[in-house]
Amino acid sequence: MTETTTPAKSGVRTVPGAPLLELDGVKMHFKTKGEGFLARRTQWVQAVDGVDLTVGAGETIGLVGESGCGKSTTARLITRLLEPTAGEIRYQGVDIAHMSERQLRPYRREIQLIFQDPYSSLNPRHTVGTIVGTALRTHGMVAKSGELSRVQELLEVVGLNPEHYNRYPHEFSGGQRQRIGIARALAARPKIIVADEPVSALDVSIQAQVMNLLESLRSELGIAFVFIAHDLGVVRHFCDRVAVMYLGRVVEEGPRDALYQKPQHPYTQALLSAVPDIGVVRGVPPKNRIRLVGDVPSPVDPPSGCRFRTRCWKAQDICATEDPALIERAPAQRVACHFAEPPAESILAETA
Amino acid sequence: MSDQTPGAPTTVTRVPRDPSANEEAYLEVNDLQVQFPTADGLVRAVQGLSYSVPLRRTLAIVGESGSGKSVSSMAVLGLHDRKVARITGSIKVGGREVVNMSDKDLEGFRGGDAAMIFQDPQSSLHPYFTVGNQIMESYRAHNNVSKRAAKERAVDMLGRVGIPNPRRRVDQYPHEFSGGMRQRAMIAMALVNDPKLLIADEPTTALDVTVQAQILDLIADLQRDFGSAVVFITHDLGVVAEIADDILVMYAGTAVEHGPVNKILGQPLHPYAWGLLESIPALTGDPQPLHPIPGSPPSLLAVPSGCPFHPRCEFKDRVPDDWCTTLRPDLIPRTADLGRSSRCHLKDPDRIFETEILPRLP
Ligand SMILES: Nc1ncnc2c1ncn2[C@@H]1O[C@H](COP(=O)(O)OP(=O)(O)OP(=O)(O)O)[C@@H](O)[C@H]1O
Ligand SMILES: Nc1ncnc2c1ncn2[C@@H]1O[C@H](COP(=O)(O)OP(=O)(O)OP(=O)(O)O)[C@@H](O)[C@H]1O
Ligand code: SF4
Ligand code: SF4
Ligand SMILES: [Mg+2]
Ligand SMILES: [Mg+2]
Repeated sequence: MTETTTPAKSGVRTVPGAPLLELDGVKMHFKTKGEGFLARRTQWVQAVDGVDLTVGAGETIGLVGESGCGKSTTARLITRLLEPTAGEIRYQGVDIAHMSERQLRPYRREIQLIFQDPYSSLNPRHTVGTIVGTALRTHGMVAKSGELSRVQELLEVVGLNPEHYNRYPHEFSGGQRQRIGIARALAARPKIIVADEPVSALDVSIQAQVMNLLESLRSELGIAFVFIAHDLGVVRHFCDRVAVMYLGRVVEEGPRDALYQKPQHPYTQALLSAVPDIGVVRGVPPKNRIRLVGDVPSPVDPPSGCRFRTRCWKAQDICATEDPALIERAPAQRVACHFAEPPAESILAETA
Repeated sequence: MSDQTPGAPTTVTRVPRDPSANEEAYLEVNDLQVQFPTADGLVRAVQGLSYSVPLRRTLAIVGESGSGKSVSSMAVLGLHDRKVARITGSIKVGGREVVNMSDKDLEGFRGGDAAMIFQDPQSSLHPYFTVGNQIMESYRAHNNVSKRAAKERAVDMLGRVGIPNPRRRVDQYPHEFSGGMRQRAMIAMALVNDPKLLIADEPTTALDVTVQAQILDLIADLQRDFGSAVVFITHDLGVVAEIADDILVMYAGTAVEHGPVNKILGQPLHPYAWGLLESIPALTGDPQPLHPIPGSPPSLLAVPSGCPFHPRCEFKDRVPDDWCTTLRPDLIPRTADLGRSSRCHLKDPDRIFETEILPRLP
């Protein structure tokens, strides 16, 4: 076991020099019953199947990929709402993958989750003051006497009227409710926030307000983010690095600009080329698109070799037999494909 | 379940359409009002909405959450409970008035001449019946055919919407389909009677971009083949740019801007539409700060006086006197610019857009 130091107060152990968060070969296989005549047989849903990911302090990592590829499961693993079936989740160098609830307590404070749905994630019978106050108390953040003023401070940070601490969630709009969820996450003074589609349920103008808020949290408080979203424009706006997942694996990961300008994995290329572009109305010539055929295979029975091969136009024999490893193909850009290469011409239409 | 066909992706190029004007309207909405009397007061969800859509054309409806997009579209299909909603004005589909149509006539009309795709496939696919059965039922409700013929039709439709191996899939239950496939099955069901009017309410919001692209292609193909009029509700202006001919921007239950897509997205004239454009992060170029519209959408129980957008509008001090807070602007057609209209008191919106907004856009 590596040497660790234990800062007296927080109770969180640290390996000096270790990155803030590291996922190393993390797997989450869910046990399920088969369907129809297979109903008696136990099956395993390989929701996350060997994910490697590193997040430095204050860094923002975007997580994108087709519906069902394992993004939310990854979020729940990082926040240890799930215990992985294999692999290590190291927080500041210390593996938290199998810690008990008691051991986890100090870590729960530093790693927070915000949810997609601002409606169902807040208790409708509690006032905003209670919701945020409970988070403060759970993590032992302030003395009882200081609670209200800290709640109001947090409401102010997220752009809500501090006088409204006595109101209930239904008295707020969708964007405001998402701010309440963010205030609750901030109560614990986290070092990292895992945000699972935090703006997907909001319409564009409110979405932009929440984006600006997250942006200021990261620049002013130095909080790191794992940011999950379907909207590739939003991810580009917010993230330093982006990881693309497909069927339980990271297939490409790299610095934002490299990934958007020179994506090397066929799936990343297809994903970027599918983004609808408002530029056409401003005279940007329409771009060519790669259309994927068919659906994502079932995570119960993923294809052998490369998991993307059933939909890949570049697939060769080797793709069915050998699983491509995630290896560095350009500075800091890792790709899991036997035939990785940047596209011949830019996939995204360039604005003149 | 891997019945995917490995193969080359189709490389498609979407070309902006050439909107040829002055076609006869198939759907015509005139001064539509929808109100809900509630314990808290009267909710004015739609307040004087007018628009029309000819066959073969697509109208996109965009706007703030709660601005009345779904409520107005449900009225077009006669989906509101008359005990709950008060509806006035006129909605004509193929010349027939929907607002006062009898329940019996409505039944024949829905799923026949007009169909709707909902955001959530769960809400329109029944979990206890096979996908095929549900499509067959919809077909047989409008066509006097045998079960066998209806099943053939269901298989045909599933294949048409790109579901692999439709003959096997037709006997499966919704839970055996992936999210994207369920959405396609629902589209197959909506289209089984070749509707002349298709309303799609955020059909792709819950899906990722690759599946979204498949669905958009599909709707465009079907529209070309059947010549339908399409109303497409979405938050995504990129989607609008790619699929729509015309766009209607809604705020607080009314249209604030209406016209051809390239004009409205290329040079919008209403401050709310400017706010929308400034809220979208770009995919290329240096990331620019976003300039969202401040504040939140108005309560429909107490719609602001004057221009309903005034509490959030950064430009109201450019309008003389206190028009913005006292005088409700009309939706005025532009004389210089046929086919587009906007609802705002500003005198020189073109100049403001050119000099102040455009430079901030990516
Ligand atoms: N508790 C569970 N039991 C069994 N299967 C599960 C469970 N949780 C998730 N899954 C499956 O794991 C896979 C990954 O799901 P996950 O929710 O992580 O996807 P996602 O990438 O977040 O998708 P989306 O973009 O639709 O939110 C899916 O096939 C899902 O059905
Ligand atoms: N049955 C009802 N009783 C009272 N108010 C209602 C009822 N149905 C809808 N409303 C209200 O009517 C308004 C318009 O709702 P609508 O669903 O049309 O919004 P929308 O533009 O589709 O929004 P979104 O983008 O969020 O789907 C909302 O304020 C809603 O709360
Ligand atoms: S490894 Fe083969 S199948 Fe997989 S993405 Fe690369 S080329 Fe396609
Ligand atoms: S009428 Fe006034 S308040 Fe309304 S959008 Fe125009 S400038 Fe703004
Ligand atoms: Mg998810
Ligand atoms: Mg709606």
